[in-house]
Amino acid sequence: MKQVTERPESSSEGRSAESAAGAGPVPAGTQTGNGRTTGPGTDPAAAGGGTAKPSLDTPPVFEIENLNVRYGDKLAVHDVSFGIEERRITALIGASGCGKSTFIRSLNRMNDLIPSATVDGSVRYHGQDLYASEVDAVLVRKRIGMVFQKPNPFPKSIYDNIAFGPRVLGMDGDMDEIVERALRRGALWDEVKDRLKTNAFGMSGGQQQRLCIARALATDPDVILMDEPASALDPISTGRIEDLMFELKERVSIVIVTHNMQQAARVSDMTAFFTVVVDEASGHRHGEVVEYDETEKVFTNPSDERTEAYVTGRVG
Amino acid sequence: MSVAEAPVARAVVRGASSGARVREILFPAALLMCIAFAMLALVVLLVDVAVDGIPVLSADFLTRFPSQIFPERSGIQSALVGTLLLMAVCAVFIVPVGTATAIYLEEYADNNRWWNRLIEVNIQNLAAVPSIVYGILGLAFLVRGPLELGRVVLAGALTLGLLVLPVVIIVGREAIRAVPSSIREGSMALGATQWQTIWKQILPGALPGIATGVILALSRAIGETAPLIVVGAAAFARFNPNDLTNDPFSALPIQILAWVQDPQDEFRALAAGAILVLLFLLLLMNAGAIYLRNRFEQKW
Repeated sequence: MKQVTERPESSSEGRSAESAAGAGPVPAGTQTGNGRTTGPGTDPAAAGGGTAKPSLDTPPVFEIENLNVRYGDKLAVHDVSFGIEERRITALIGASGCGKSTFIRSLNRMNDLIPSATVDGSVRYHGQDLYASEVDAVLVRKRIGMVFQKPNPFPKSIYDNIAFGPRVLGMDGDMDEIVERALRRGALWDEVKDRLKTNAFGMSGGQQQRLCIARALATDPDVILMDEPASALDPISTGRIEDLMFELKERVSIVIVTHNMQQAARVSDMTAFFTVVVDEASGHRHGEVVEYDETEKVFTNPSDERTEAYVTGRVG
Repeated sequence: MSVAEAPVARAVVRGASSGARVREILFPAALLMCIAFAMLALVVLLVDVAVDGIPVLSADFLTRFPSQIFPERSGIQSALVGTLLLMAVCAVFIVPVGTATAIYLEEYADNNRWWNRLIEVNIQNLAAVPSIVYGILGLAFLVRGPLELGRVVLAGALTLGLLVLPVVIIVGREAIRAVPSSIREGSMALGATQWQTIWKQILPGALPGIATGVILALSRAIGETAPLIVVGAAAFARFNPNDLTNDPFSALPIQILAWVQDPQDEFRALAAGAILVLLFLLLLMNAGAIYLRNRFEQKW
């Protein structure tokens, strides 16, 4: 099979590029890993260029290295290494079951909630390993907000939904002000300012999802992870969420999982393509990153055949 | 469709054989019969009790103390007070213990650990243990034995509490499980600790269900007789238990049993009256449970 023969080539290319201080061609950031002993992040000079795309000169907010996530003894995500840049929108695309959601949940330690999930490798957030023993997962989630596939407002008033995060974190300041600011940033204020005390369940699906985004913004995170935030919404609500993402990226970094290729192409600056790899010996399936690059490149001139097949709709 | 096929098709859509049609009618009819039988038994019982009991119901009946000699001067005050105190103390015991256990099992316990599975199986089994066994347990460990509480309200209430605790735990767990995991995740993703998530999201969402479970548990406890006999509730208490840990007590089911056993018809009428009072309390509690469920139940 062509894909199988293609793979070792591109990964060896990746390794050689890596050894040249990460200044190599596109697949450098994507095909890291296989058999490599030192990561680019261990060399401070290479940290910016080796994992992230060199052409976009923003500091990385996440540097992921050799990340493996397992559920029990079943490997879900295998050997992912790349850097996520600050104040950009990074899209994670790929077919179902390729580990995108598992991966994004390892960025704010939501996988901790699943008792059987184990993580190895490292996820560095502004240089700090999130899985180091001294790191408090609760504080991680304060800085790294998350929006889920299905809008999940609390069964409380709109106001209390927004205020929940600031309250549990003991944030100082005028709560009314915090709520208004979050709702304004979530592009929801004008729609709901007259009914802040009504139950959030009375809102439309699109409004509920923007409420969830505003709720995540209320604790002032610097990253927002979005796990298919628009998949349950109609096109107009989806458009609103996308507009909102453009506004938000002025101040926060966004990582979004999406099954919608047009959405990934529209909103994201960088795209990582995940694919399912079947282990031929055991038959187990796990996800890997095939390609990580500027969105335009991934969609118009991908380096890997599998990426091309996926983005052009031939598979998946 | 060709002309030749038409008769066949017509025959097919004319459908079921007469045997199938009869079964279609007989099955619901049989179900209805079963319901009718159960309802009939219940109605006969209620009417019989009501005919005997309504004449003795009066304010005096509620406020007088029971007598073994003068049925016309007899009442149920001490039994009623005893039952209400038992329920109150029982609730104070089962609400925190039952809720805490349910939270532990649902939110903290790792089901892969054998001891957690053991606890779970045990609770299921305890819910089916005959109440008299709890009575013996109460007698051995609460009334006598290590705690030596004596034949007092506290011992009776704790015995009833142990008896209904499995029900509270099982219903509480269901209520907690009914809170969707998206709420947990949403809360944790905002930086709430597990404790904050449980306290501010899970418990408020599960509270109507937990309260319903507690009321249903209490309405089982209120009618229990055997364990109270074993722990030594008094059949004819001449005064109310003013002290939960010192005074002897009675309860409605005990009082009813004592009067039913009396050969005099007048006393048996008193028993019917006491049954009506007990039934009224029971219906009141169940109505409360239904109200709570309908009024506060969270639709997710």
